[in-house]
Amino acid sequence: MSEVKDPKCHALLGSLSDYVDGTLSEELCVEIDRHVAECQDCHIVVDTLRKTISLYHDSASGNLECPEAVRERLFKTLNLNDYIRH
Amino acid sequence: MVESKTEISVEALRSGNREEFARMVDAYSGPIYRLALKMLGIPADAEDVLQNTFLKAFQHVKDFEGRSSLSTWLYRIASNEALMLIRKKRPEVTLSDISPENDDNSDYSPAQFIDWHPLPEAEFLSSESQSIMDSAVQHLPENQRIVFILRDIEGLSIQETGEALNLSEAAVKTRLLRARLRLREELSVYYGERLKKGEKNERG
Repeated sequence: MSEVKDPKCHALLGSLSDYVDGTLSEELCVEIDRHVAECQDCHIVVDTLRKTISLYHDSASGNLECPEAVRERLFKTLNLNDYIRH
Repeated sequence: MVESKTEISVEALRSGNREEFARMVDAYSGPIYRLALKMLGIPADAEDVLQNTFLKAFQHVKDFEGRSSLSTWLYRIASNEALMLIRKKRPEVTLSDISPENDDNSDYSPAQFIDWHPLPEAEFLSSESQSIMDSAVQHLPENQRIVFILRDIEGLSIQETGEALNLSEAAVKTRLLRARLRLREELSVYYGERLKKGEKNERG
């Protein structure tokens, strides 16, 4: 990609986020699909970028609660002790 | 962000109903703490941001006009608090560091071309992997870091991220793209090594 200096690879870079999010126009999408099928480096960048985003996304799916002690101090700071649920 | 089962009443919040405020804290303290921790990397700092966020929310909720959702409004306060703390802890910051020109003009073309995405799933779940991912986020410039956390970790839309940070959608997209590419580079270095190691072990 950066090494090859193919202008197509460079043009792809700016649209990558929209491409992996699926928010790109169909026309552009088809064009990029075609390029990625031919260019191994771009193919790798797209696959590993998708994986990077999904890893971070998945890492957030658990632990939605803050630690109990932190939560207790928060309620205390806000003078909401009467309402804390255990 | 997870909305609580029964909708929180903005009307009740604005009229100073403490029970309703407690319900809001219950519903949003988890995500706000996580945002702060990802942003700052230090639990004590994250707790400061968490407390300040809800203290400010309590002070200003009467002015909340509902132009954005309650969650976006809270994310907005929390993002400001986190960025302020980062800047306060780094007093030597110069004007050029925070000017928009320095939003990051460095070349963000990919340099790593190792296809590590088919690694076994267990590789991605290890605690070492988790800490590499966390530190990679910490290495992002803060204006990219906050965009990435809101959009890709907390799952806000581009529009909501823009509302929370007072940025245009175009600016959000630019920062998001740079953050994502930078993280991909950093993860590629680590997982590329893991891949090579695995192949070596297989050979024997």
